Amino acid sequence: MKILVPVKRVIDYNVKVRVKADGSGVDLANVKMSMNPFDEIAVEEAIRLKEKGVATEVVVVSIGVKQAQETLRTALAMGADRAILVEAADDVHTDIEPLAVAKILAKIVGEEQPQLVIAGKQAIDNDMNATGQMLSALLGWSQATFASELSVEGDAATVTREVDGGLQTIKVRLPAIVTVDLRLNEPRYASLPNIMKAKKKPLDVKTAADLGVDVAPRLTVVKTAEPAARAAGEMVGSVDELVAKLKEKGLV
Amino acid sequence: MAVLLLAEVTGGELQLDATAKAMTAAAKLGEVTVLCAGASAAAAGEAAATLAGASKVLVAEDASLGHRLAEDTAQLIASLAESYDHILAPATTDAKNILPRVAALLDVMVISDVSAVIDADTFERPVYAGNAVQTVKSGDAKKVATIRTTGFEAAGTQAACAVETVAVPGATGLSDWVEDRLAASDRPDLTSAKIVVSGGRGLGSEESFAIIGALADKLGAAVGASRAAVDSGYAPNDWQVGQTGKVVAPELYIACGISGAIQHLAGMKDSKVIVAINKDEEAPIFQIADYGLVADLFEAVPALTEKL
Ligand SMILES: Cc1cc2nc3c(=O)[nH]c(=O)nc-3n(C[C@H](O)[C@H](O)[C@H](O)COP(=O)(O)OP(=O)(O)OC[C@H]3O[C@@H](n4cnc5c(N)ncnc54)[C@H](O)[C@@H]3O)c2cc1C
Repeated sequence: MKILVPVKRVIDYNVKVRVKADGSGVDLANVKMSMNPFDEIAVEEAIRLKEKGVATEVVVVSIGVKQAQETLRTALAMGADRAILVEAADDVHTDIEPLAVAKILAKIVGEEQPQLVIAGKQAIDNDMNATGQMLSALLGWSQATFASELSVEGDAATVTREVDGGLQTIKVRLPAIVTVDLRLNEPRYASLPNIMKAKKKPLDVKTAADLGVDVAPRLTVVKTAEPAARAAGEMVGSVDELVAKLKEKGLV
Repeated sequence: MAVLLLAEVTGGELQLDATAKAMTAAAKLGEVTVLCAGASAAAAGEAAATLAGASKVLVAEDASLGHRLAEDTAQLIASLAESYDHILAPATTDAKNILPRVAALLDVMVISDVSAVIDADTFERPVYAGNAVQTVKSGDAKKVATIRTTGFEAAGTQAACAVETVAVPGATGLSDWVEDRLAASDRPDLTSAKIVVSGGRGLGSEESFAIIGALADKLGAAVGASRAAVDSGYAPNDWQVGQTGKVVAPELYIACGISGAIQHLAGMKDSKVIVAINKDEEAPIFQIADYGLVADLFEAVPALTEKL
């Protein structure tokens, strides 16, 4: 069984995001970029399924600027077998929308014929939480989002999902899309020898145009602003003082 | 403009708070039809009919809709989509599972986590864990969006509007429900509670986390947690507050042993009053707290419980 894992290059989760003063967006020039943390979890899960003998090949794909090659190399160093880069933008500030990404992924799925696509549940930049669900709709496949446990037996996968009320377990018919949540696993770090080996693994480059997908955005970003700042607070010296303040405010 | 609002229905019951808040956003856009879907949804439909702003309620009942599996619910919504300009739902995990699928079936881009409605095409939404707020204008013929409930007041009540049943397309058979492990709790719901008491890694163990529960119970509050507390097994996943957990905006949020990572702040920084208790005076949580107390939580939290 082949597994396809889409990975996105995003601003590193530890970097303090700076909104540009002119409201045109977030400053991404000379900022540390990394693999979307949820996608790391997806890559890890695919590799574990290969190590268990469930999967035979793990193919990673990234859609965006050419620098996303670095993200793909990270996934290869973790243990993915092969990578595909779909160039769809020149400027690092261009975010390809989930609908266009899903359309490109649907084409790649057509070429690669995986039985399972494992994706992150959301990208930590646009916070859309949509690509997996959209891909699943375009393919007419089953979907299991927000996975915290995944097991594959025969032509079905059993997935435990993190939902508002607790946990839900469902069984999805393969081929399927699974999107992963934080608790699924702890991704490994790539070792130095594996980073060296990853440089020799195959990485195919295509363009969105090659695949015949229009990536023009449906949503125009009119403005990007700083969130409203909170008024400065105060420190209290003791529990008694805190209780007094809360009572004064009528909060307790 | 005609708006279809997917009501939050779980186990046949209308989740009033989430639905009523999304209703406020929906009512800004036009005439609202509320869809209640489930294995049984008639009672939810009756309840939804009394939500101020509802002009009609559609009830869709079928075994295939019982656990709100995305494939069947999305197919149902897509079958109704023709009559509507906007398709909305509160941004719950159920709706986040379903609406992007609906959007793709309709070849439109979903607009997730809308925090403000500017006009029929233009919406605000947080990005980068709430570090920025984007205003986006949709060029799509239909708008499919989830509504961040903390951004809107709950709609009131009205005399019941008409309730109709709608036909449900045949089941897709793509996935099967196996089980739900839902935590039963006497505490208020985390996303609608007036007070939330949250604990982080500083609690150190599941047993110690009980002091958070004790303070919450004294205050009639809901309990929240940081990702670190959930990952470490001190608290269940449905208590996680943050960028990738629940978003809350209570009157009072008390953060105990939580450092204040940006991903946590994303889920609680719109709370009216924030109290932070942390032994590290440098902890970033103090930068957004209205009242900060540098103290060992194992002393301060029980003392607070006793004195309130
Ligand atoms: C993709 C991604 C998504 C994420 N999503 C979320 C999310 O939704 N929600 C979330 O919360 N996090 C999220 N995180 C994790 C986040 O980055 C932080 O790691 C997490 O919030 C830290 O939790 P914490 O504050 O409990 O732990 P820590 O950062 O370890 O802080 C513990 C705090 O407890 C204090 N403390 C310890 N002992 C005591 C004591 N005895 N008395 C008083 N204080 C004490 C310490 O001083 C410290 O400040 C996410 C991370 C990633 C990468």
